[in-house]
This record gives sequence, C-alpha cells and structure tokens, in this order.
Amino acid sequence: MIAVIDYDAGNLHSAAKGLAAVGGEPVVTSDPAVIAGADAVVLPGVGAFCDCVGKIRERGLDAPIRAYIASGRPFLGICVGLQVLFDRGLEGAGAPGLGVLPGEVVRIEAPGLKIPHMGWNSLRLARPSRLFAGIPDGAYVYFVHSYHAVSADVVATCDYGQPITAAVARGNCFGVQFHPEKSSAVGLRILRNFVELAAA
Amino acid sequence: MLAKRIIPCLDVRDGRVVKGVRFANLRDAGDPVELAQRYDAAGADEVVFYDISASAEGRRTTLDVVTATAERAFIPLTVGGGVSDPDWVRTLLRAGADKVSINTAAVADPTLIERAADRFGSQCIVLSMDVRRAGPGRWEVLTHGGRRPTGRDAIAWAAEGERRGAGEVVVNSIDADGGRQGYDVTLLRAVADSVGVPVVASGGAGGSEDMYAALTEGGADAALAASIFHSGEVSVADVKRYLSGRGVLMRVV
Repeated sequence: MIAVIDYDAGNLHSAAKGLAAVGGEPVVTSDPAVIAGADAVVLPGVGAFCDCVGKIRERGLDAPIRAYIASGRPFLGICVGLQVLFDRGLEGAGAPGLGVLPGEVVRIEAPGLKIPHMGWNSLRLARPSRLFAGIPDGAYVYFVHSYHAVSADVVATCDYGQPITAAVARGNCFGVQFHPEKSSAVGLRILRNFVELAAA
Repeated sequence: MLAKRIIPCLDVRDGRVVKGVRFANLRDAGDPVELAQRYDAAGADEVVFYDISASAEGRRTTLDVVTATAERAFIPLTVGGGVSDPDWVRTLLRAGADKVSINTAAVADPTLIERAADRFGSQCIVLSMDVRRAGPGRWEVLTHGGRRPTGRDAIAWAAEGERRGAGEVVVNSIDADGGRQGYDVTLLRAVADSVGVPVVASGGAGGSEDMYAALTEGGADAALAASIFHSGEVSVADVKRYLSGRGVLMRVV
C-alpha cells in the first residue's frame, strides 16, 4: 500500500491515479497511522512552499513524515513535496522546511527566460538512481515551478538558463521537481520504478 | 531547454466531443477521454477541453470527463469554457484539470483573474482571448465565443491579464479561426513582445508550416489546433517531427 499524503494541496488525485496506472495501490490519506504502516509514501505538492509546509504542520503530519523517512522505506516527494524536505524555502517571506535533507529552496535565476519554468524539459542524469532505471538521458518531463532546491543530493538536472535541480535522492528518500504523473510514458516509467521499490 | 508545445483542443458538449473527429481505429470518435489518451500516445504536450455545454447538467457530465481523463491520460489537461467563478475553478482543478482558462467572464470582471490566481497560483490560470483585427497593428477583444465586440485592445488586455496573475495567454484569432490559412503571426508577435508569460497560438492552423511560423516568427511558446488533428490529416507526431527537423526544440516521442 502506498500512502499518498492528503494535506489539501491539490493534484494529489493525479498522483494517485498515476501510481494506480502502473500497478501501485495508492491510498489518499492524512492519517499518521496509515502513513506509519505504508510500504511507500508519496508527498504530492502544488502551490507555494510556505502554504504547503504550513498545511503539513497544521495537520500534524510533519513528525509522521520525518519518522517514516527515518525508517528507510521508499518515499517520493513531488514538486513542492520535494521542496518541503529541505531545511528552508525562500519563497515569499521564507519558511523552515521539514529539514529531512540539507539545503535551501531558492528562486530560479534565469535572466531573459520566463518564470515560472513551465513545460517539457529534458533530464540530465547526473548520478545513477533506481528511480531512473530505463530512463534515457535527455528524456522529457513536465515542470511547473519558480523555485528549486540547492542540494548535495542531486541525481538529475535540467537546463533553464542554469542547471535546475530536477531530482534528488538520499537512500530511499527521493524527490522530483517535475510532475511524473503528467509526464506521459516517461513519467509513468519513473512511477513504476518507485512502485517496484515499494514492492521489493 | 524548454521544448515548444503542441496542443490539440477538443470541444466538449454534454460530455461528448463535437466537431468532426475522424480518426481511424477509434471505437467511438466522440469520447473525449479516448481522444485525450490517443493524443497522449501520439506525443501531444497537453490537451485542452473546451466545454460548450449550455446546461448545468452538461457541466456535471464534463466534470466526469475531466475525472476520467486524469485516470487515463498522463499529460497536462486544461479546461475552459464558461468559467466565471473561483469555486468552479477549484472544482475543475480537484477533478483533475491542471489549468483552467478564463475568457468572457474575465473581460466582464477582470478581478476574476487575480481572485483565481491568488487562490490557486498563476501557473494554473490561463487567460484565453478571442481577437479580431481592428486596423493596422490593432486588434480588438471579443467575448461570447467571438460574437460580441468589447472595444478592448487585445495587446493591452494581454498585458493586464498578466499583471492580474494569468500564467499563460491563449491568443485565438477570429479572423484566422477555421480558415486554415495560418495563424495571425503579426498578432502573436505583438502579444509575445508585450507579456512575460507563455503565449499559445490558436486559430488558423492549416498544417505544420503554420505552426513553424507561429513558434518562430510569432514568438509563441505553444501552438494549439483542433480540426487539422481531429480530421486525422496531420498527426501530432508528424508535426513534431517536421518542426524538430527545422530546428524547433520539440519533445519527440
């Protein structure tokens, strides 16, 4: 069972449908007990950093998420769900994140280019990762964001005036800045890789 | 770098695709879910549903279509048509739409754009405008499906829409729409030069060359088309191969 964390952040149903399409058994939940008992957890996200991290705290989900990740079982943060894993986000007034991964989430600096970075961009696979098994370097995925993580755990980037963090990994804790659930066959393959990790 | 996007657009009424759709090997050419899935497989970068239902009942049926599409097509989905309040935007987003486009209601009450963008983020609010040539270098915005002139200048309206929080602007040329004589490239360039958000070309696509002009000379980030794709005479894959061959960055599947 894969717990898809519901904190009223929108798009969680798309993430759940993507997981279901590749053979996963997603359960959309905000129940800490369900999260604690899951084989894998997905944290989706759309919107602003402060807003998302605020909603996670309001619902008392920050400690359960940290405890789950500490257990070493597979975890996947999507978009803002990746960003909130870090120490701090600089969007708006700035806010502390969950502090699971060291680093900050900063605004994209791409002079002459449009912000948000929205659309299909190609992955540069920086380090091998089980999440990207079978995914060729240069594969296109769908992004919508204005901020990205500065991190030592980057496993994939894309080019948008500067290298943009596209994916991070530390052990079984994964995060993708793009939306695999909206990235057609490539995105579904990435979700399938995650589902297989959960089943292993 | 970001690829330019190719977007098929489907008119949906009471849960069914209207306008001639003539695909081979389709069980049911009027099923929007099946078409969205087919366009996903063919390499479409997004799909747009334009809801032209007249009744509340038709609206609910369209909502079911959005939900079902999100289960079976895994590319971004934009829904437009008759969107006039933020609660309906929320309903569409929760059903599985990634973006919602606003047209007539935004002209009637421009604060709708910021009310929606403040609540859901600019990335999911699209300003769609129907535009007619009003003189050399001048274009007027029309509403109600292109039937009602507003006196608004299209270039100024696009810039205002961005200021109010629209994350993307769709420029539909009434003069070119359905004529298959090419997009209004001068109009596209004028809009692209006056806004900092992505511009989507709409209205007039007759083939791949027209898309090339819109995405290069016109400065558009995406090209939207309906009839040339639905008729089956040009496939999304063909268009993308052609554009890629001419040096336009494309996600070719």
